[in-house]
Amino acid sequence: MNLINHDTVVKRMKPRLSKNSISKWIFFALTMFVLLILGILLYRIFSQGFGYLDLQFLQSLPSRKPENAGVYAALIGTIWLMAVVAPVSLLLGVGTAIYLEEYAKENALTNFIKVNISNLAGVPSIVFGLLGLTVFVRALAFGTSVLAAGLTMSLLVLPVIIVAAQEAIRAVPNQLREASFGLGATKWQTIVRIVLPAAIPGILTGGILALSRAIGETAPLVVLGMPLFLAFLPKTFLDSITVLPLQIYNWTGRPQVEFHALAAAGIIVLLFMLIVMNSIAVLIRNKFQKRY
Amino acid sequence: MVKCASHLVIGMKGVFKLATQNTNSFSVQKMIQEKKKKKSAGGITEKIMPYILFLTAAVSVLTTIGIVLTLIFETFLFFDAVSIKEFFTGKVWYPFSETNGSFGILPLIMGTLKVTVIAAIVAVPIGLASAIYLSEYATDRARRIIKPILEVLAGIPTIVYGFFALTFVTPILRDIIPSLEIFNALSPGIVIGIMITPMIASLSEDAMTSVPNAMREGALALGATKFEVAIKVVLPAAISGIVASIVLGISRAIGETMIVAVAGGSTPNLEWNITGSIQTMTAYIVQVSQGDVGYGTTIYYSIYAVGMTLFVFTLVMNLLAQYITRRFREEY
Amino acid sequence: METSTAAANIVNTEEKQIVYKTSDLDLWYGDNQALKKINLDIMENEVTAIIGPSGCGKSTYIKTLNRMIELVPGVRTSGEILYRGKNILDKSYQVEELRTKVGMVFQKPNPFPKSIYENVAYGPKIHGIRDKKILDQIVEKSLRGAAIWDEVKDRLTQNAYGLSGGQQQRLCIARCLAIEPDVILMDEPTSALDPISTLKVEELVQELKKDFSIIIVTHNMQQAARISKKTAFFLNGEVIEFSETNKIFSTPADKRTEDYITGRFG
Repeated sequence: MNLINHDTVVKRMKPRLSKNSISKWIFFALTMFVLLILGILLYRIFSQGFGYLDLQFLQSLPSRKPENAGVYAALIGTIWLMAVVAPVSLLLGVGTAIYLEEYAKENALTNFIKVNISNLAGVPSIVFGLLGLTVFVRALAFGTSVLAAGLTMSLLVLPVIIVAAQEAIRAVPNQLREASFGLGATKWQTIVRIVLPAAIPGILTGGILALSRAIGETAPLVVLGMPLFLAFLPKTFLDSITVLPLQIYNWTGRPQVEFHALAAAGIIVLLFMLIVMNSIAVLIRNKFQKRY
Repeated sequence: MVKCASHLVIGMKGVFKLATQNTNSFSVQKMIQEKKKKKSAGGITEKIMPYILFLTAAVSVLTTIGIVLTLIFETFLFFDAVSIKEFFTGKVWYPFSETNGSFGILPLIMGTLKVTVIAAIVAVPIGLASAIYLSEYATDRARRIIKPILEVLAGIPTIVYGFFALTFVTPILRDIIPSLEIFNALSPGIVIGIMITPMIASLSEDAMTSVPNAMREGALALGATKFEVAIKVVLPAAISGIVASIVLGISRAIGETMIVAVAGGSTPNLEWNITGSIQTMTAYIVQVSQGDVGYGTTIYYSIYAVGMTLFVFTLVMNLLAQYITRRFREEY
Repeated sequence: METSTAAANIVNTEEKQIVYKTSDLDLWYGDNQALKKINLDIMENEVTAIIGPSGCGKSTYIKTLNRMIELVPGVRTSGEILYRGKNILDKSYQVEELRTKVGMVFQKPNPFPKSIYENVAYGPKIHGIRDKKILDQIVEKSLRGAAIWDEVKDRLTQNAYGLSGGQQQRLCIARCLAIEPDVILMDEPTSALDPISTLKVEELVQELKKDFSIIIVTHNMQQAARISKKTAFFLNGEVIEFSETNKIFSTPADKRTEDYITGRFG
């Protein structure tokens, strides 16, 4: 006597199979839906903003008249901001990564630092704004300056750079360190001459991705009190700046449709910068992949 | 005899080599020793570098401490003016009154909650569907195309999503739901959902692809369909990673600022409806920061109290996600 | 043949000195004892082979000789290793100084991802030699010494990763020669190489022993027989037997040595 009746199994097969193929299409359709949204978003922004996008838009300061307004101040401001964020976050991030990967002993303190970094990555950006407001703007009296904004942003992107640099350093084979030690090199010589050169592509890739995050961040700068509307350019690191996302936010918040088109044009510029930066990161990654 | 001869040749070579070495006017070892003597101070770099590097590592810890202390101190100053009880149980958030404002945070929490729930309703099914599609059904080629696009979606600045919510999603929704106000909870909620979808999709996919193929093959060999394998084998095996990704996504939604600041409005309320204007915790902080509120006023300190509440919410979510991944880590 | 070696021996013992004198060396990885009461005297200007099955402690021992073993967390040692009369296990012994005198060649070729020239010049450079002319001379001499000069002289600026595995290993030997070490430690230097490259490295070792003391770990017994003068047989962290190579392979004193070299285990 058979415990399993193969006829019923075969009979039940059909609904199971149709369920299988229907669900496959549902999964596929939902995935495509996400991509579709991205398509719509890009299409909308380009169709809205393209008309305003010309040399005059890139070269003009903001204005109360939409037809005269431009992103020049915001572009220059973004460059100033990067001039603070790039060195500060790279130095701190790479330093931390070297410490954790090459020097730190496995103990409670090291573990605490690691857990702390992963938690820091999950803190909302607006909270970094509150920290910057208290420490940099008020306590250290940098005011709403490039310096205050840059330092706040550096802390915000620090976890990203640390993790990327850690991975890059970890990927350097131990054999290379051994070879260097075997020749009587000290630890620091080995790190500077062997480990870091080998890890640099990974560090740069992570660094660029982190910077592209900093370029797009808005909330912490709003909290610092950075001006949304600024008609002059910074001369020192203690001057105020506005940046692209703030300019876009300012235009988005106005009721007139013309300003929304300006915002869309600003977004195109912002997205273009991000695409360029990400492409560089991908290029670096592909060029230096798997050398060992 | 042959062996002997070869020895001889090698021996001669050795002598030859020694001879050339002797004619060399320098010895590397001697030079090394001389250099060592000259720069005996060179060891200082070696000794202090670990400490300098430790200091850079300490910055990340100091940042956390800074965040916590800042929030605590300024929140205490806020509680000098407003009682803790009023803050946590008061049902009205109206700080901008000339005489005495009301500081009950519940309406702001309500705003955040509404937006977050809507975001989760959008992001969880779509994110999971994409994850299942990518890990179980998609060809390598499809995966190579779709994953980078999801990364692009995850890299778009939130102000862009805010603009999209206000100028595209809201008008469309207003065509469908005429009673929808210009500022509402629905539109930013949906857009935040879209924003966190790539994150949930890619983290869940990572969890699913790390389920070993042997488990899938075992089920397939018994005649299970791909759908059954996905739902009954892969999903349960990867559940901790999936749940953690959802928790992280929700944490991101709670802390999201620009989308709600642009499209959510500034009307804190305790109502359940999602068609009217709201205000979230983050949007309130933005509203105050943008205005010209004087330093040291109760309103100024209130953003820290709200920020503290927000920080605790997201911290709890992040710790929960970490706990889930660690506690229920699958050992394959 | 026999007589001539014996005669050479007599001559040699008169002038040769001990480079490494190991006394009662114990070594633990955490709670695992990897080396037990090792006593070995290694003479200068000859090739000493260390053989034994996997996990017998031979690699551990050779890495202790230039303290590379310290890179493994949780390692403890007791006893002493005198290098030219000084105890290198003494914490006050500068480890970098030791390693400039004791070079090492590793199991797998591990050139740096730099040019061939930079690979060889690395050692002198980190020790402060920056004069380009002197560096050029050192690089050429070392590459010649490692019998690879003719193969690479036209492409010194190219990346070392373009070389074949055997060439890479000889480059690593050249890199090691560039700081003119006193002793060269070789940790299974041919285990990752093809037979022809292996032969070249073995020939090289024969030449190098005129100027350097060489200690080579190998699990290839024929290799030990071919190139070494003395052989130490390690088993489970102990030295079972240490004597002239031809004696160990013809008339081993210990039953376990005999079992190993006749292929009964390992």
